[in-house]
Amino acid sequence: MGLEQFKNRNVGTQNYTKLDVGVKPATSMDQFKQVVKRTFKGELFVGLWVTLREMVNALFLDKMHTVKYPFEKMPISPRYRAIHDMLRLLESGHYRCIGCGLCEKICISNCISMDTRYDENQRKEVTEYTINFGRCIFCGYCAEVCPELAIVHGQRYETASEQRASFSLFEDMLTPIDKLNLQQEYDGFGAVSPNADANIKKTPLAY
Amino acid sequence: METTLAGHAMETLPHVTWLGVLIKAVIILAVISAIAGFGTFIERKVLAFMQRRLGPMHVGPFGLLQLAADGIKLFTKEDIVPQNANRFIFMIAPIITAATAFIALSAVPVFPDFTIPEFIPLLGGTFVPSIAADLNIGILFVLGMMAAGLYGPLLAGMSQANKWGIIGAARTAVQFLSYEVVTGLSILAPIMLVGSLSFVDFNDYQQGGIGSWLIWQQPVAFVLFLIAGFAETNRTPFDLLEHEAEVVSGYATEYSGMRWGMFFIGEYANMITVSIIAAVVFLGGYSVEGIGWLFIILKVAFFFFLMLWVRASWPHIRPDQLMWLCWKVLMPIALINILITAIVILL
Repeated sequence: MGLEQFKNRNVGTQNYTKLDVGVKPATSMDQFKQVVKRTFKGELFVGLWVTLREMVNALFLDKMHTVKYPFEKMPISPRYRAIHDMLRLLESGHYRCIGCGLCEKICISNCISMDTRYDENQRKEVTEYTINFGRCIFCGYCAEVCPELAIVHGQRYETASEQRASFSLFEDMLTPIDKLNLQQEYDGFGAVSPNADANIKKTPLAY
Repeated sequence: METTLAGHAMETLPHVTWLGVLIKAVIILAVISAIAGFGTFIERKVLAFMQRRLGPMHVGPFGLLQLAADGIKLFTKEDIVPQNANRFIFMIAPIITAATAFIALSAVPVFPDFTIPEFIPLLGGTFVPSIAADLNIGILFVLGMMAAGLYGPLLAGMSQANKWGIIGAARTAVQFLSYEVVTGLSILAPIMLVGSLSFVDFNDYQQGGIGSWLIWQQPVAFVLFLIAGFAETNRTPFDLLEHEAEVVSGYATEYSGMRWGMFFIGEYANMITVSIIAAVVFLGGYSVEGIGWLFIILKVAFFFFLMLWVRASWPHIRPDQLMWLCWKVLMPIALINILITAIVILL
């Protein structure tokens, strides 16, 4: 299909569906008829009914829109890039990070810094790991590049802080060992939010 | 005002003393300003519910203390008078609005009459009337006072050296010229039927149950009066003198603190007055025996709710549309209504 039909701007030659905008009253008698018709049409009462219906819905049918934010929170999408979490292996409880340094390498705002050494079993051990959240732009590259799903984005999105530089240590982000059973697995990019079904609505333009 | 009204009341009703009238005046002032403040709360709640929001929630139970918070805020805010404003008129304009609203209420039956029990010192045995001043031209007085209340916005807008204020004042004049004719003409037909301008006579005329309400005989006048009443109180379809989206805040743009609050109290007192007039003139008013006084409160509450309901539902109209509506549509209808009423009375 070519672009001809888009370049043709002569209105009337194409197959347009025109909106029915009605006819403007020509004579004063028509104007009068229009006034009378609109006066007794009762559309104002339709408006009154709509607001009353919404009030009844809100008060008695539990369809209030408000989320009392600090007390109630909406579930956030798995795609949301919030404060990072360091996950543990579920079996052993050991942290998943293998000290490969890919996250430090890929970080475009240079906010991750880590230091590693070989432990007695010749395995990499993380000795220092900090993320400077004053610099972090939450691009998500670290979580994307991590081969072990060790660093992921968690659920904490309230990032306001009193200082510009706020460093987060490895231990702060690591899942507490006593809460290992509550550790949430990363759904992966492209996952839908947990309340996705409830969010499905008919679009206003569904005509 | 106080002394003349009291003097008049003493002539017409011998058992009403000046002390009773004074107490009544204080009660009206206190209760109606409290209700006006509570009205702002109710308005915010009702509008919120109609938009499926919660409204004020956090200050006190159900946000009830929001009233107190707002009051404290208004009282402690700086009272700013703009540099180029006409100082005297600027400062007196809100007082005109609030004062005329309350003066209008002095001739309206608010709450049933009662006698203060004997055991209360000093005031014991005083008869407190239902109307502070039972004028025999009550309706005329109330309508005149509410019309005079429009001087508040008018002077406020003109004195504040602000473009939005000037536009607001001009719109006040437009509105005033438009609705006042309809108010007078619409209520003329019921006046012709009852043959009196006193609210008490209106009330007595409709004591025969729901069937004797004037709304059944004068439905057109009722609708016209409601429309004009909405215009009179600057409520939403006709809130063109302070519509935020167009003229910032209109006549109240430069006002702050309690002076601004007085405009608000005046507006809400006017809403209550119009509700009471509509209830007494068209919906049967109150009856003295039993719990008749409760019904007038319900009727007034319904009209008050109607005003909030309409605000949540309807868009407002342009000033030229208001003039068009009042002069070309409502006034002819009102005249025809009066004519038909007159013919029916003559037959």
